Amino acid sequence: MNNTHHILSVLVQNRPGVLARVASLFARRGYNIFSLAVAPAESDAQSRITIVVDVESSPLEQIVKQLFKLVDVVKISELDPTESVERELLLATVRAAPEDRSQVIELTSIFEGKILAVGTTAITVSLDGHPSKLDDFEALLDGYGLVELQRTGRVALSKLDRTAQPRATRKAS
Amino acid sequence: MKITGAQALIRSLEHENVDVMFGLPGGCILPAYDPLLESTIRHVLVRHEQGAGHMAEGYAHVTGRPGVAMVTSGPAATNLVTPLCDAYMDSIPMVAITGQVSTTAIGSDAFQECDTVGITRSVTKHNELVMSADDLPMLIRQAFHIASTGRPGPTLVDVPKDVLQAQMTWHWPSDDDVIASLPGYRPNTKGHPRMIKEAAKLILSAERPVLYVGGGVLKARAAEALRELAETTGIHVVTTLMARGAFPDDHPLCLGMPGMHGNAAAVAAMQRSDLLINLGARFDDRVTGRLDGFAPDAKVIHVDIDPAEQGKVRKPDVPIVGDCRDVIGKLVNAIRHQLDSGATQADTSAWKSRISGWREQFPLTYEHSDPGHALKPQFCLEQLRDSAPEGTILVSGVGQHQMWASQYWNFTEPYSWVNSGGLGTMGFSVPAAIGAKVGRPDRTVWAVDGDGCFQMTAQELVTASVERIPIKVAILNNSYLGMVRQWQEMFYEERYSEVYLSTELPDFVKWSEAMGCVGIRVDSPEEVAPAIDKANSINDRPVVVDFRVDASEKVFPMVPAGATNDDLVLPASQSADVGSLR
Repeated sequence: MNNTHHILSVLVQNRPGVLARVASLFARRGYNIFSLAVAPAESDAQSRITIVVDVESSPLEQIVKQLFKLVDVVKISELDPTESVERELLLATVRAAPEDRSQVIELTSIFEGKILAVGTTAITVSLDGHPSKLDDFEALLDGYGLVELQRTGRVALSKLDRTAQPRATRKAS
Repeated sequence: MKITGAQALIRSLEHENVDVMFGLPGGCILPAYDPLLESTIRHVLVRHEQGAGHMAEGYAHVTGRPGVAMVTSGPAATNLVTPLCDAYMDSIPMVAITGQVSTTAIGSDAFQECDTVGITRSVTKHNELVMSADDLPMLIRQAFHIASTGRPGPTLVDVPKDVLQAQMTWHWPSDDDVIASLPGYRPNTKGHPRMIKEAAKLILSAERPVLYVGGGVLKARAAEALRELAETTGIHVVTTLMARGAFPDDHPLCLGMPGMHGNAAAVAAMQRSDLLINLGARFDDRVTGRLDGFAPDAKVIHVDIDPAEQGKVRKPDVPIVGDCRDVIGKLVNAIRHQLDSGATQADTSAWKSRISGWREQFPLTYEHSDPGHALKPQFCLEQLRDSAPEGTILVSGVGQHQMWASQYWNFTEPYSWVNSGGLGTMGFSVPAAIGAKVGRPDRTVWAVDGDGCFQMTAQELVTASVERIPIKVAILNNSYLGMVRQWQEMFYEERYSEVYLSTELPDFVKWSEAMGCVGIRVDSPEEVAPAIDKANSINDRPVVVDFRVDASEKVFPMVPAGATNDDLVLPASQSADVGSLR
């Protein structure tokens, strides 16, 4: 995530093909998706898609407006990183010969990650947390040699204010 | 009482007040064609599914109601892709019904299966695959609602064969049900009051204002409101290719078409303007030319029902999201209110005399042919225009003939011009003219076509003959893909590559006669008027007039691609004075 990246939280009708509609709109208009996470939202009838968009090529405002033209898109909130909570999950299999194993385990425990599986020459670990923490962890693991890496892409919600009401979200219109 | 999905489909269309549909049956859609026998809906049987799509568009253009096309699955659905894309680009309300293989066979590469919803996703405003007969009434209602409200556009409902055959209990959702079922679809039609006040202020203070009118004015049925705005403020109007007829060409404030082949006065007025009042237009590249040189001193008021058009191309100073009729009406009121409370309109007299100067100095012009020389296409259009019966609807294909038609016709009322603007679909005119004639049988419908375009969809004249839809077609036949030829002459050093069709083939008269039409060939200027009179007198079948025109004729004025509008190329007789447009 760099400064051309923005987080959009998109509430959509949970209907067949809705992800394809969103994805093909991005492809058709030449917008870049940096990461994308999608799952059912608070109501089963709706899903929430968290999209990190790269706005270097096109203004965010256009992306939001075009997205909002999709009939299945109900609401779009642009989440300011300072005003939202973000989480991501990382799974990684790292090269760890017996002599390196304890270092990898120590590193994982410093980051409060979990050891999921141990093999003769590799370890699979998991870490969930703020995406920037995952970036740091990934960079350190890379020193040992990443065999496989899978990140979920970030999910985010806006922070609650003191009165515990959700922050006003921006609705494209 | 239980009925079949097929019966529910046809009944739903009847409930949507569909009076005519254009289509062609086939395997998967067969069940829907059975209840059609008992329906009040007229079905026009086409010769190719693309024709059905363009007919639906032509019908929608002239009536304002969604045109309906119904075809089968697979190749029939893919043949609809071009008209869907055309309707999407030009915001034409249209509902397409496609057959699909049974739900149990979807994904198995069954006979005539294709992913219609996937293929048409990016060329429709919305589309749906129906998985249960119970959903049919609601999905048809949604399709009509979405196609005809907000920024209009095409919708598609893909109906599997077993859904058509299944039993369902008939029910018809209420308006409220439809709206509640679409929580993500809330078009904003009412302009923001503060923005409207702001716009009124800007309009009154502008010294060089221009009303830049696009197709949105026609979609919103706002021609009367526009006229009131223009006459209240005395501001000149340019009408884009999609808006020809939205403001009468014979009105003293009308400057005609702007853009790549626009009238010099319209192009120059926009370039030198200090305020562009964009009403339902979208700063298309064919209007703006090179963007960084477009109307450099102009502030912009942009009225559009689609929020995504605001700032897509040119950042507006005053964006107003709303329906053109609603917003223009409020704008007129706001201007009157401000004038009543002591505001005054800036002095525009110097600007108006500058515009009159341009109009006098740079009228549309061409060199008339000497006796015995080749016929000029512009001359044919002038003759056609001057002898056209009152209320004639003009339809065109795409290319040189389209530009000449837009330039030389005298549009005096809205919905009298049908063409393919955004997509530029060759072959549009014959089927679109058929659809227009079906929508407005009381009107004379002339299609102006090129010989290249005509050969793409001419078979629909068989449809017109069989169904007794007496359209008239004027082919401006120069034996070339004329616009391509013009570009190769001007920008590719006269290296003509794959652009010559044939002078001998086809024989358009014989071909037309074989399709049940009257065919007339015209070679010389003196034959033009009699041929047109004859064509206008025939109303029991289609007529095709093959005008053999000068292949070297080019469309002027012209802004070369990639150039700014200040680099307008004028016809030779005017080019020495081009400096006075700046």
